[in-house]
Amino acid sequence: MYKIGLIINPVAGIGGRAGLKGSDGVEIQQKALAAGFKSLAPERVGLALEALSEFRDEIEIITFPSEMGEDVARAAGFKTTVLGSIQSGKTTAEDTIRAAQDMMDAGVDLIVFAGGDGTARNICTAVDDKVPTIGLPCGVKMHSSVYAITPRRAGEVIKAFCDKEEKLLVDGEVMDLDEEAYRNEDVKAKLYGYLKVPEAGALMQKRKTGSGYSQDNQLKLLGMMFVDRMEEDVLYIIGPGSSTSHVMKDLGLQNSLLGVDLVANKKLVANDVNEAQIWQTMQKYPKTEIIATVIGGQGHLFGRGNQQLSPRIIREVGKGGIHILASKQKLADLYPNPFLVDTGDPELDASLCGYIRVPQSRTQDITFKIDR
Amino acid sequence: MGMNSETKLRKFHAARWDEQLVFEQSVPGERGIMVPQPEADLASLPGQKAAGAMKRKKAPNLPEINQMKVNRHYMRLSQEASCAVDLTLNISEGTCTMKYSPKIQEHMATNPMINEVHPMQHPDTMQGILEIYHKAGECLKAISGLDYFSFQPGGGSQAIYTAGSIMRAYQRANGHPEKDEVITTSFSHPVDSATPSANGFKVITLMPDAEGYPDLAALKEAVSERTAGLFITNPEDTGLFNQRIKEYVKVIRDVGGLCFYDQANANGMLGITRAKEAGFDMCHFNLHKSFSAPHGSYGPASGAVGCKEFLKPFMPVPQVGFDGDKYTLDYDCPQSIGMVRSFLGNTAVVMKAYMWIMQLGPAGLKAAAIGAVLNNNYMESLLKKTKGISIKYGEDKRRLEQIRYSWDVLMEETGIGTDEVNYRVQDFGIPDYWTAHPPYLIPEPMTLEPADSYNKEDIDEYVAVLREAAREAYEEPELYKKQPPFNAVTHRPQWPMVEKEADNACTWRLYQKNMEKRMVKK
Repeated sequence: MYKIGLIINPVAGIGGRAGLKGSDGVEIQQKALAAGFKSLAPERVGLALEALSEFRDEIEIITFPSEMGEDVARAAGFKTTVLGSIQSGKTTAEDTIRAAQDMMDAGVDLIVFAGGDGTARNICTAVDDKVPTIGLPCGVKMHSSVYAITPRRAGEVIKAFCDKEEKLLVDGEVMDLDEEAYRNEDVKAKLYGYLKVPEAGALMQKRKTGSGYSQDNQLKLLGMMFVDRMEEDVLYIIGPGSSTSHVMKDLGLQNSLLGVDLVANKKLVANDVNEAQIWQTMQKYPKTEIIATVIGGQGHLFGRGNQQLSPRIIREVGKGGIHILASKQKLADLYPNPFLVDTGDPELDASLCGYIRVPQSRTQDITFKIDR
Repeated sequence: MGMNSETKLRKFHAARWDEQLVFEQSVPGERGIMVPQPEADLASLPGQKAAGAMKRKKAPNLPEINQMKVNRHYMRLSQEASCAVDLTLNISEGTCTMKYSPKIQEHMATNPMINEVHPMQHPDTMQGILEIYHKAGECLKAISGLDYFSFQPGGGSQAIYTAGSIMRAYQRANGHPEKDEVITTSFSHPVDSATPSANGFKVITLMPDAEGYPDLAALKEAVSERTAGLFITNPEDTGLFNQRIKEYVKVIRDVGGLCFYDQANANGMLGITRAKEAGFDMCHFNLHKSFSAPHGSYGPASGAVGCKEFLKPFMPVPQVGFDGDKYTLDYDCPQSIGMVRSFLGNTAVVMKAYMWIMQLGPAGLKAAAIGAVLNNNYMESLLKKTKGISIKYGEDKRRLEQIRYSWDVLMEETGIGTDEVNYRVQDFGIPDYWTAHPPYLIPEPMTLEPADSYNKEDIDEYVAVLREAAREAYEEPELYKKQPPFNAVTHRPQWPMVEKEADNACTWRLYQKNMEKRMVKK
């Protein structure tokens, strides 16, 4: 018997239908509800559960009351256990967080959540990477790489996950836009963290690659290769992200997933440093290089999520000292968009534009365009 | 009766035998043939004694099974492989050029004068075969404009590996060991990056530009004094002929690099455009593609590598020569890269290709290319109007012999993508089609190539199947849950594939071990 946690954000996507660019915040939700808009989340969850119907006897759904999952799970005929309590019609982000925590405590094998980037953030806050999750795409903003392509495919991912003895999981980026800024036509995405999602190839959103292609294996090899290429007495700035974390893993060093780490002579110099700390440390070494990745799906190399790498630092390192660690899949997902630089210094941005080689193995590089 | 003349759809149903592995059918002691023991006077002969000494000590672990069961087993398996090129419309294998292979060629290949020649015979005693090699080489020289061909490589990948070895040997011989980088492109075959990598080169792959061609600006930035050469296909997988190919060649030449033209699939350009005029130093043809010898599992392959005169000294040995009187095998080539395969390569394949070329003649080759291009453009005109399909790049351009289509619209609108459609089409008796090598730069890809062998009715039937599959995705998506109900096998593993090498059983012993492990776990 598999225990699947189900969390529905009953107001997911409601702001999109109302043209409000997102559904974060009670006021926006009330505005959309008042205008008569309804979330499509329950219906979409129904479709995913229908795809799972042949597994009905082997799955127990652990969920939250009424519109947060109970209604849909019972309607689909699954054995349903309900936790917690909510104020029906007035659910908030706190309910999502609480639901995820309670489900984790109840020992679920997998949490399925229906929502958008805001919901993914809440789940991330609650469970971090302790329980595998799958998102059902129901929100307005869906920049995170944690969603199945369609509800029906989410059903297939869940089915395959239950079916397999060995659960292959990958890090899915949880991204969110600043909705206030987004409403003013200013797109600023931020990397909030990572969720563990099943490796499901073409069934997951933002996966253009062919069947069975494993990005995790390639990242491990790239991490090993970057470590092998490290030179003595060079200070390495390891940028944020799960791609670059493979360098730290290979070195056996503690990694800050969303922060910048410093390494020299294969030893940790400092974790999670700010701009001034990086600059000061650089003065003690004859040479500094940057190992960075780009934000999946958007392509920001500098200026999003790694603002610690300021123009003076990048200028000092020079374009030749910038190494990009990105899987072939990430590059394919990004194509035809280029890498983007937005350091805040137009002159530096211009000098970084052109092409850069991104190592793919010990003997293969791909050239990728950098633009601003 | 038969195929519906209006919809052009068949009520296809493949044979399905649910057959066990031949090892699973083994019964200890069962025999296919009882070989009589030699009579006493024969057994005492010295040769018999020596044979006895050579006898292996432990019997090989082969299935013990009678003749009738063996015959039945393989007949059943062959029936399940119901989408073979001689049975159905193999327009599916885009980039592979699955054209008809005339049966007279097979007939000749089984002629004892061809297949009983021993490769170690003296060249004087196999003048006929050497004449075929020489004359086939002359044909390919005319088709490519290059100066010498070797038929030794046993396939396209080996031919490209040979070209990489020649490139390395040439650069070293000319005092440039520092030239250790090779440039290729995303839409060229992956072998154009894999084999130079195996040759010891560092490989740099260029992404396509907005029009789908290799990014020329990226090429200019990638070249340096370390550039040994370029490995490029034209047209690439998109089917768009790169008219600016000479500019790419010039960029490489300016830094002292050599240029290799991957013409594995030359079906759209035979008699129309040549490697020489495009400025290339080397090229290769897959005789099992453009030149009609059977392809893939239907027969062995041959990758003919051609070069300009100045590279001939580096070509594999033995090199076939002709002094005006006699054909020779020349091993005395001190700069040669050596042998890339035993003896002369796959002789029967060379002979089939030679026969095909001679049956068509120069005008016939050109007509075949024009036919292939016409077929492709006709099919594009039909598929362009098919709901769910989109075509990337080159909106206003004509394609050569193939196109990589995209089912992205279908996926967006129905949640059904190329993998599902690929299963569904088999229910109408056409083989599963080629998608693309990962990673997919064109989403939900489908690469099709209606080679010169097919006529309008064939293409109409093929397109009718794709249209029906798309219609069902929109109107009866539940059909997709059960597919393919009418076909027996698909040769291409789909997701979830085998993720760990250890799960992959390519021998009976390994299969048993894996099964045992699984039992223990459960």
